[in-house]
Amino acid sequence: MLSPTRTWAVLVKEFVQLTRDRLTYAMILVLPIVQLLLFGYAINDDPRRLPTAVLAQDHGAFSRSILSALSTSGYFDIRLEARSQAELDRALERGDVQFAVVIPGDFTRRVVRGERAQILVEADASDPSATSGAVAALSNLPAQALARDLTGPLSARQPGQAPFEVVVHRRYNPEAVTAYNIVPGLLGVILSMTLVMMTSLGMARERERGTMEGLLATPARPLEVMAGKLAPYVLVGLIQAGVILVLARVLFGVPMQGGWAAFGLGLTLFIVGSLALGFLISTVARTQLQAMQMSFFYVLPSILLSGFMFPFRGMPEWAQALGTAIPVTHFLRVVRGSLLKGAGLEAAAPSLLELSIFVVVVSTLAMLRYRTTLD
Amino acid sequence: MTGAPPAIDVRGLNKSFGQLHAVRDFGITVQRGRICGFLGPNGAGKTTTLRMLCGLLTPDSGEGQVLSFDVLREARKIKRRVGYMTQKFSLYEDLSIAENLMFMARVHELPDRRARVDAALARLGLEARRRQLAGTLSGGWKQRLALAAATLHSPDLLLLDEPTAGVDPEARRTFWDEIHALAAEGVTVLVSTHYMDEAERCHEIAYIAHGQTLARGTAEEVIAASGLITLNAEGPGADRLAPELRARPGVDMAAAFGATLHVSGRDRRALDAAIAPYRKAPLVWREAAPTLEDVFIQLIADLNRREAA
Repeated sequence: MLSPTRTWAVLVKEFVQLTRDRLTYAMILVLPIVQLLLFGYAINDDPRRLPTAVLAQDHGAFSRSILSALSTSGYFDIRLEARSQAELDRALERGDVQFAVVIPGDFTRRVVRGERAQILVEADASDPSATSGAVAALSNLPAQALARDLTGPLSARQPGQAPFEVVVHRRYNPEAVTAYNIVPGLLGVILSMTLVMMTSLGMARERERGTMEGLLATPARPLEVMAGKLAPYVLVGLIQAGVILVLARVLFGVPMQGGWAAFGLGLTLFIVGSLALGFLISTVARTQLQAMQMSFFYVLPSILLSGFMFPFRGMPEWAQALGTAIPVTHFLRVVRGSLLKGAGLEAAAPSLLELSIFVVVVSTLAMLRYRTTLD
Repeated sequence: MTGAPPAIDVRGLNKSFGQLHAVRDFGITVQRGRICGFLGPNGAGKTTTLRMLCGLLTPDSGEGQVLSFDVLREARKIKRRVGYMTQKFSLYEDLSIAENLMFMARVHELPDRRARVDAALARLGLEARRRQLAGTLSGGWKQRLALAAATLHSPDLLLLDEPTAGVDPEARRTFWDEIHALAAEGVTVLVSTHYMDEAERCHEIAYIAHGQTLARGTAEEVIAASGLITLNAEGPGADRLAPELRARPGVDMAAAFGATLHVSGRDRRALDAAIAPYRKAPLVWREAAPTLEDVFIQLIADLNRREAA
C-alpha cells in the first residue's frame, strides 16, 4: 500500500537534499546554457575555408584567376603551394589539407585553343560531410572563374560552353559513404562513453559504500589503486574495439587499408586516456550520481566537437581549439588516417603525440587529486 | 615487556574540521600488549582520534610515535603495522569471504597467502562458507570477518572503531575472547565502544568528550578518581524522581536504572541534604559503589556545566 504521507516525506527530503547540492544547480542551469551556446554556434553542416593545397604547374593568368576564384568561393583556404605531386599527396594523407588542386601545365594553352582544359580536385572524402559543400561549389567555378579574362578575341570561349572542366576525385572514400566515417567514429564515442563512465563510478562507489576508508587504511599507493582499477577496463576497451571493428567490416563493409600499427597504438592510448579521465572524475565526485553527471558533461562535447557528428573544420576556431583538447578528436584522426587511408605511424604521429600528452596530463592530475588520507 | 617502547605514545594531537575542533590536545600512552578502551559520547572525537593514529587523518598539530614511527610523518609505515577496523563495514559486500581476505592478504603483500587465508577461515569457522558473499553475512559474522581481515597481516597494533555496535551479546562475547587472545599474543588494542561491560573488559580506559580526555586509567582508578558518592533508591515510584532530584543542589546526577534510582554527588553532606526529603517509606536508600556509567554521566555533566559557564 502506498502511503501518501510517507511518499510526501520522501519527496520533501529528496527535494531538500537536491537544493543543498551545488551540482544540482549546475545541472539545471549551467549545463543546458553552456551546451546550448556551445553547440548552437559550433555545429556547422556546411564548413567553409577548408584547408587546400595547390599544385600549379601552369603559372599563367588563367591559373591565377582560378585560384582566386577558389578562394573567393569561401570554401577553399589555400594553405600550401605544393611543388610536386608527392608533396601534395602527403599533405592529403596526413590530413593537413582536405583538398588537393592540380592545375596542369598545359592549362592556359588548352583554354586559349578552346580544347577541353581540366583541373583536378582531389578531395579527402573519408569525412564526406566535410567536403560535400565545397564539392558542390566547384560546379559553378568553370563558368565564373574566367569570365573577366575571356574578353576580346577570347570572348568566343564565353558561356554556352564552359572553357574548362573540374574533375573531382574523392580519395579514400570514393562513393562518399557516410558509414565509413561514422562507424570508426562510433568506435571513439562508444569507447569514451563506456570507459569514462565506468571508471568514474569506481571511487565514488567505494566512498558511498564505506569501503574507501578500509581501502585507504591499507598500504596501497595511489598509482597502484589507479592502475589496478583501470587495468581490467583496458581489456574491456580492447574487446569493445574488436567487436566494433568486426561489425564495421561485416555489416558496413568499411574498408580497412591497414595502418594497424598506428591504429593499435592510437587505440591503446585512447583507452588509457579515457580511463584515466574517468578515474580523475571519480576522485572529484563524491557520489556515483555526481560521477555520472560529470561523465555526461564530458561525453556530449566528445560527440559533437570531435568531428564525429559534424565536420571539425566547419567549427569556428575557438570550438576547434576546444575540440583539440578532447582525445576523441585525435583518436578519430588516427582511425580515419590509419584504417581508411592506410597511413602509417609517421602520418599519425601528431595525433598520437596529442593522445600521449592527454594520458600523461590526466593521469598526473588524477594522482594529485587522489588522497591516501581522509583529510 | 618493560623497556620496550609503548605501542602508542602521542601528545597534543589536534584536529579540526572547519569550525569543529574535533580533537583537542589529545595524548595517550598505551603499553604493548594492553587493551585500551576508548569511551565517550557520539561525536566525542573517538573515530577522528583512531583515524589519526592509523594514518588516515593528518593531525593539525601534535607529536609522538605509533609503533615507534612518527605519527605525523610516517603514516605509510604505520599503516603497514596497524590493523584498523572501521566503524562501518568496509569490506566489499560483493566479494566473497575468501576473496575479501585474499584482497587484504595481497594488498599487504603477505607471503603464503593461500595458507594464511585458509588459516584465518579456519579460525573463524567459515571454511564451508568461504564462497559466500560478505554482504550476506549477519552483523556478528561481518564483524568477525572484519577482525580477521584487519589482523591477517599480524599487525602490532589493532585499532577497532565500535566493533561490536549492533551485535548480539553472544557474538560480542566471542569477539572479545578473540581480542583478549590477540592481546595475549602481544598485540596492542585500542578499541572504542559504548558498552560499559566492554569497558570493564579492557586493561585500561580513556574517556573522551568534545575532543578532550576527561578520565584515564583502569576502570577502578577512573571510578576512584571521580570522588563520586552514589546512593541508590528502590521502591515504588523511585525511578520517577530523577528529574526532581537532578534539580536539587548537591546532586550532580540522578538517573533511573530500571526501577532503581541512582543519585550521585561529590559532597556527602550536600547529597544527604538533597535527598533528606525523600528518605521516607516506601523508598529504601542504600549506598552503592558508583558504576562506570555513573562516572561517565557525571563527567559529561561537569563538562557541560564548565562549557556553559
